[in-house]
Amino acid sequence: MEGVEFWRSLDRVGRHALPAVSIAVVMIVLAIPGLLPLQAGVRVGFVMASVYFWSLYRPAALPAPLVALLGVLLDLLGASPLGLWAVLLLLEQAAMAAIRRALVRRGFLMVWLVFAGFVAVLTAAEYAARAVLDLAMLPAAPILAQGVIAVLIYPLLAVALIRAHRGAAAPEQA
Amino acid sequence: MLRLSIPVRQALSRLTLPVMLIVSLGLVLAGRADRHLGDTLRTGLDDALAPVYRAAAAPVTDIEQGRGAIGDWFRLHADNARLVAENDRLKRWRAVALALAAQNDALKSQLHFVPTPTPSFFAARVIADLGGLYARSVLVTIPRDAHGIVNAIAMDGSGVVGRVVQAGSRSARVLLITDLNSRVPVAIGRHGGRAIMEGQNSATPRLIYWAPGNPPREGQIVLTSAVGGVFPYGLPVGTVHYDGKNDPVVRPFAGMTRLRVLRLFEYDRQPGADGAATTP
Repeated sequence: MEGVEFWRSLDRVGRHALPAVSIAVVMIVLAIPGLLPLQAGVRVGFVMASVYFWSLYRPAALPAPLVALLGVLLDLLGASPLGLWAVLLLLEQAAMAAIRRALVRRGFLMVWLVFAGFVAVLTAAEYAARAVLDLAMLPAAPILAQGVIAVLIYPLLAVALIRAHRGAAAPEQA
Repeated sequence: MLRLSIPVRQALSRLTLPVMLIVSLGLVLAGRADRHLGDTLRTGLDDALAPVYRAAAAPVTDIEQGRGAIGDWFRLHADNARLVAENDRLKRWRAVALALAAQNDALKSQLHFVPTPTPSFFAARVIADLGGLYARSVLVTIPRDAHGIVNAIAMDGSGVVGRVVQAGSRSARVLLITDLNSRVPVAIGRHGGRAIMEGQNSATPRLIYWAPGNPPREGQIVLTSAVGGVFPYGLPVGTVHYDGKNDPVVRPFAGMTRLRVLRLFEYDRQPGADGAATTP
């Protein structure tokens, strides 16, 4: 009986850790040279979309300290000012917590539209924060490209994440 | 595990988000106040992840180069023909090079020329592309005994790629010449007109501060200049190209989008480097 209990708790830990660990692993994989065009934009878009998805459907999977850690990792891997993405991701999570109840029952298209709104706000905030922190006007094209990538990535990601959400990341199935 | 009553737990869980938000804002301020904090953390993370990157990048490069027995067999014949042709061409150039070397020696002996020291260099593999939105940099592996390689100059087979800005114990970050923060003093054309090459986050860095009376001309060669003391004189960078009127850019010789192996040259560790740096 002892053994079964151990495996079950290991399973549960694995399921709880899956969202955060998968985000971190994909972030690191996207640093390998020559995989995709605009890899830095894809990385940021992926993280934005993942945090959005998990905070909407399974908020317990990504507690705030983990989100902050992922944000710092994103800042260190890319070359954004330290802590910037930690703040932005936490704001994304806080906003999601406020509208979660209303949004969770809606269809995919509505969820995607709201995500596009989130991306627009986060992108504008990132641009403003970077301009203030670096005291310089930065070209707008790369950050717009990043926003578009993030919006386009979401449907692709949602297919994979919904499967994970119902299967490998569900603690109640442990 | 600590048992807490449900209201306390709820209150705590409601508090974590604001607390983490405040901590993160503090981190932004700390990073802004002390630039070294971010650099130190970044170097530590790069070093820690370097073996992972190296392991993960290996299969990708293999696929890219079509390595492995099957890819080699398919290309054997074509490669062979190409190499034979190239060898012929190189033999001809060797003769030219030998003649020029002899002539060069003769001229040097007439001028009492003091030779510039050859810099020490080593090859380094690119293991990660760590560019962000507004940053172009790559992570390279370095040998364990390489110390103080900050400011070493990175080149690929054809031209200058950038220079080392951060170095840990087994990895180093190379800031590419296309980065927004990159400024390289350059000499343009045969007469070495001075200018600054400024990265603009695109494939082609821009030329600024050239003498108004002597604008860079399309197709002129761009070399590094020793002004400022970081770069030595005369490393090939690229050619001048006009994107628009009055907006000369440099088309780098180096293949900036497919960097795999770089050579890192350490010029400033040479005892005679100062003499070399002042040579026009």
